[in-house]
Amino acid sequence: MLNSRLELDTLKKKALADIGSKEKRILVCAGTGCVANGSLKVFELFQQLLGEKPELAVSLALEKEHSHQGVSAHTSGCHGFCQMGPLVRIEPRGTLYCKVQPGDVAEIFEEHIINNRLVSRLLYHDDKNQLPIETQDEIPFYKNQFRVALANCGRIDPDDIKDYIAHDGYQPLAKVLFEMTPDEVIKEVLDSGLRGRGGGGFPTGRKWLFAREAGGEKKYIVCNGDEGDPGAFMDRSVMEGDPHRIIEGMMLAGYAVGADEGYIYVRAEYPLAVKRLHNAVETAVRYGMLGENILGSGFSFKVNIKEGAGAFVCGEETALIASIEGERGMPRPRPPFPAVSGLWGCPTVINNVETLANLPSIILKGAGWFSNIGVTTSTGTKTFALAGQVAHTGLVEVPMGLTLKEIVFDIGGGLRDNKVFKAVQIGGPSGGCLTREHLDLPLDYDSLQKAGAMVGSGGLVVMGEDTCMVEVAKFFMGFVQNESCGKCVPCREGTRGMLELLNRIANGSGTEEDLSLLEELALIVKDGSLCGLGKTSPNPVLTTLRYFRSEYEAHVRDKKCPAGVCKDLLDYRIDPSLCKGCGLCKKLCPADAISGERKEPHWIDLEKCIKCGTCISKCKFGSIVTN
Amino acid sequence: MDRKFERLQEIIESHGGRVSHLIAILQEVQEEYRYLPEEVLTYIATAMNISPATVYGVATFYTQFSLIPKGKYVIRVCDGTACHVRGAEPIHFALREDLALPKGDSTTPDMQFTVETVSCLGACGLAPVVVINGDEVHGQTTPESILGAVKKIVSREQLKENKNSSETGCCQNA
Repeated sequence: MLNSRLELDTLKKKALADIGSKEKRILVCAGTGCVANGSLKVFELFQQLLGEKPELAVSLALEKEHSHQGVSAHTSGCHGFCQMGPLVRIEPRGTLYCKVQPGDVAEIFEEHIINNRLVSRLLYHDDKNQLPIETQDEIPFYKNQFRVALANCGRIDPDDIKDYIAHDGYQPLAKVLFEMTPDEVIKEVLDSGLRGRGGGGFPTGRKWLFAREAGGEKKYIVCNGDEGDPGAFMDRSVMEGDPHRIIEGMMLAGYAVGADEGYIYVRAEYPLAVKRLHNAVETAVRYGMLGENILGSGFSFKVNIKEGAGAFVCGEETALIASIEGERGMPRPRPPFPAVSGLWGCPTVINNVETLANLPSIILKGAGWFSNIGVTTSTGTKTFALAGQVAHTGLVEVPMGLTLKEIVFDIGGGLRDNKVFKAVQIGGPSGGCLTREHLDLPLDYDSLQKAGAMVGSGGLVVMGEDTCMVEVAKFFMGFVQNESCGKCVPCREGTRGMLELLNRIANGSGTEEDLSLLEELALIVKDGSLCGLGKTSPNPVLTTLRYFRSEYEAHVRDKKCPAGVCKDLLDYRIDPSLCKGCGLCKKLCPADAISGERKEPHWIDLEKCIKCGTCISKCKFGSIVTN
Repeated sequence: MDRKFERLQEIIESHGGRVSHLIAILQEVQEEYRYLPEEVLTYIATAMNISPATVYGVATFYTQFSLIPKGKYVIRVCDGTACHVRGAEPIHFALREDLALPKGDSTTPDMQFTVETVSCLGACGLAPVVVINGDEVHGQTTPESILGAVKKIVSREQLKENKNSSETGCCQNA
């Protein structure tokens, strides 16, 4: 139990000394991605080996007690480089071993831990010259990143509050509690230029100011961890990898606006994040970092965790409030804004996970430091979830204003399987598609807005030439239509109508009038919908219509899908010059559509063909082609 | 009180019967019954003194809740953007084919498997992703790899069944 700032500082010194006294620290990533690839088994084996070597004066992470010297093994949060997992980081050198399998543990232990030799084959190898790269920071994927919100992810044990405290955790809170007035805190955040990272980009300090000025005894801070955007997972990583940072961010907000209670609303689809958050809240209470009279300052704060139940619309502020209150998550008209009348009618500040994760660093290092990162109107960094047809998928946190090219090609390593870049979809169902012409576009709130897209939550899905943009638009429209809560007519009926049009275009029954009707309907939904979900839902359609119109026209005019994706517009054919007559396709065809004699070229009956693609994926000679 | 509702009453009481906890209550109840039977919803409404329409409204609004029973193994195919562009659909298709799911149904008649799609599991780096029963995450899947995982489950279940029947056989002999 920490009763004063001095005690916090003493604990920090002790925790730091404990870490410093260790010759080596083994951090095994226990994020969702690495766990799926078997990292817990790897961790267990490290523990086992450490247990067999008592002379190393080993401490095991599960006991959470540091000993005086030797080596310690810990689990860590997500590094964001999930594709290379399970990841094992060894400090103090910052060595990163990739794709570590249980069979590799003994070698790492023997070579690296005991003999201080690198296990070269498990290091990351440079894409270009195939040379091994030792430290995490030198890997191109990390080299161009600038981590603020993700600073601790993968470097601390998320289940250990002392590890967080050792890394300056709760220092910013102590600073505001003992050195700053709430108004000074708000001014600092205003000066930093921090804008909401959940997608809207509203200045965080202004939101706080509204809530501070709103009257009333009771106020709330809500952390929006309902990361529903398909293709975005930075919030999951922060919640799993650095949960105390979110709690601290909420307390900074609470102190600034005068709130003494907070809710973390987290998706139920993230079971590990839920578990880590619960653990973090419990330990923070035990250490007196949450509760009454924190550090003897007189400030009190309580955090509750609410699990969502699977509704994308709950990411919208007012719908989220309804959901916390136990109702259907339907948005309400604004104003009144939640900052004035939110949870149970009380002034409520709702900040996204990534926004909150930025706050401790802003307070600690100052508004000037933060506003120097990025560009004038979009300061600081932004985390993007790089996924899709890109060589390196994962989380990248970069200064605002980096160009699309730098992210996709320098950090992401370009496209996989030698595919040619066609587009990126940025910002999920609310965002838009950008093309080759946008490769030099700086990624910040305003530049993206101008291009018809938005930062959104930061999902960045890279697509190669074999992606059909009509199908992509249809995919997002299907998603939004499914998630529309049904409260307002433009969104409920408009998205349905748009989806129907897109289905028609994709199956070849669309006309050119459908394209203009689609555009008209999109603009109506954009203008007329009640909440952000509806208002932004036409963006994927509008941007693809704007930048890939010829592809739409090919679907309606020539009844062709240039990318070869839309099934109804495809005809499967067997190239007789390539077919060896092996009979495999004939055997596998579920529709009995293929016939032919053995060792003679086969053919497909187009009437019977259901276009399932089985034959094309199984043919060893590449003899099955589509138009 | 009906024995069946005892556990239900316990859950409601552990939340102090508060309406703001309705979602959490339904989550726990579903954990218990694997779905939300209609009589359970009516019971909750009566016990919490709210209208059945309110409870039904919440239960049907959120995708997590199911009013029909699900299989013993719930296979969720992620169809988020990243998984979608990397081939989630063929995986979904292959699973439905393999388990011979009747059109429009997502659960096998023997109540062993339920196949669903989910919009994003946040593991985009491992796309395409399939999750079995909430915590068994399969990354970078192909139709073959996921059918292999299903096959394993089926043979495990068969083994269990054989063991059970041979055990009963033993008892009869004794």
